[in-house]
Amino acid sequence: MIKVENLTKRYAGVTAINNLNFEVEKGEIVGFLGPNGAGKSTTMKILTSYLPATSGRATIAGYDVFEQSIEARRQLGYLPENTPLYTDMRVNEYLRYRAALKGVPGRKMKQAVGDVIELCNLRDVERKLIGALSKGYRQRVGLADALVHDPQLLILDEPTIGLDPNQIRQVRELIKNLGGKRTVLISTHILPEVEMMCSRVIVIHKGKIRASDTAENLLKNQRTAGSMRIEAKVGKDNAAADLGRLPGVKDVAVEKDGDFSNFQLRLEANADPSEEVMQLAMNRHWTVRELTRRRPTLEDVFVELTHSDS
Amino acid sequence: MKTFLTLLNREVKSFFYSPIAYVVLFYFLFLSGFNFYSQIAIMNGFPTEVTVVEAFFMPALFWFPFVLSFPLITMRVYSEEFRMGTFETLTTAPVQDWQVVLSKFFGVFIFYIILWAPTLIFFASFEHITGKMAVHAAGAYWGTYLLLLLMGGFFVSVGCLASALTKDQINAATISFTTITLLLFLGFIPDIANITAPGIKDLFSYVSCIQHMQDFSKGIIDSRPIVYYLSMTALMSYLTLQVFQYRKWKA
Repeated sequence: MIKVENLTKRYAGVTAINNLNFEVEKGEIVGFLGPNGAGKSTTMKILTSYLPATSGRATIAGYDVFEQSIEARRQLGYLPENTPLYTDMRVNEYLRYRAALKGVPGRKMKQAVGDVIELCNLRDVERKLIGALSKGYRQRVGLADALVHDPQLLILDEPTIGLDPNQIRQVRELIKNLGGKRTVLISTHILPEVEMMCSRVIVIHKGKIRASDTAENLLKNQRTAGSMRIEAKVGKDNAAADLGRLPGVKDVAVEKDGDFSNFQLRLEANADPSEEVMQLAMNRHWTVRELTRRRPTLEDVFVELTHSDS
Repeated sequence: MKTFLTLLNREVKSFFYSPIAYVVLFYFLFLSGFNFYSQIAIMNGFPTEVTVVEAFFMPALFWFPFVLSFPLITMRVYSEEFRMGTFETLTTAPVQDWQVVLSKFFGVFIFYIILWAPTLIFFASFEHITGKMAVHAAGAYWGTYLLLLLMGGFFVSVGCLASALTKDQINAATISFTTITLLLFLGFIPDIANITAPGIKDLFSYVSCIQHMQDFSKGIIDSRPIVYYLSMTALMSYLTLQVFQYRKWKA
């Protein structure tokens, strides 16, 4: 559905994206991750024909976004960052206008607008002025606009920014329900959101792709270490040294808490020495009060991939 | 074509979403009504050779609101889209750049026609009540209103270009007001600077709006001003398209 080849964009001396290559298959929901200024919005703006690339090419459903821009634009629904809307129009009036602009024929208009109003839960406000709506409603009007001509591809630039947790959940559900039929490319920094919605994640940093895989695989293959926390009564043993010798343990930090000691173990990638720890504790007759293993999260992966100049 | 009409429809309607349209309409009708009344009052006191139409389109009471109307009706067309960010949703819809530029131009132009149409009622009612002609011959009506359309097209396109240049409506209004005022006063330069060389004097009279109005309102329809206004309108609209694309590509 989306094919990006050697895409580069330079603004007055700054390289926003550098030789980007990726593909998105039909029906995928792809999360586009990266810190601010990584080039997410720039990429999306090129895909929607808003910006020309400096070099390289991108196609939407086989149409070149530069050469066959109008055809490419017909295939997609786009929600720009911050959801710009005409605040002086009414919701249904705006959606009718946008539908007509995107080529929805007159006889299908009522149906098309009615459908997205239903889908995005806008029935209560359809006759209100957009300027009088709350941020959450505006976001949904923007989403309804992106969907109104029933595009094959949706490009959503931070669709949940500025919403409250309930609204985020609603938007997330909505997007999740779109999957399968439609292809979705969504940018965000909210990582749990990505794990919940997306079938694949593309991590971009400083204009380059750092990873492109399912969230699950990223977690499995990542180099970031997990950690382990042990609270135990160890008597006079030099437990820190003993724990430090276990396989997979990078280092140990100790904190005294009355009779008990808290040990923080930093682990090597994919290490899980919990069995060895229990064995050691049993052999030495330590009283273990707590043993927890903290799995790396997508956040750790994100930090690892986009940290400084790595 | 359908896309263009959709865009045009929104452009015309968008005038009436904001109070500015009603304020401009009111102020315009009030001033032109006062102008009409005072011209007739003067003519009642001091009989002259000039017709009612000529008298109406000559004084500052006509030119002042005329010039001021363009910044007011064009300042928001592009600036507002840039400021609100709707420029992005507009240009990522499957629309051609020229469709946007033309729809914005014609949107304002239609409003401009709405602004001027009521003045026809003044002359119709004058003729109805007095039983006298407001012009020497019917051709003077055609000439006057043709020139109004031609000048309107040119100045609307200047206003659109000014609006495309900036995010700020006030800047846009200032640029177009200054430019249109300068264009209007071009015709006075030979008088002010005492230029008598015939070539240069002709050049200035060729672009003198006030001179054009004096001729056309007498029914003297000259093709040179028609070419001048049409080609300048085309040029301004072309420049607007260039600026539009430049802004889009550098955004």
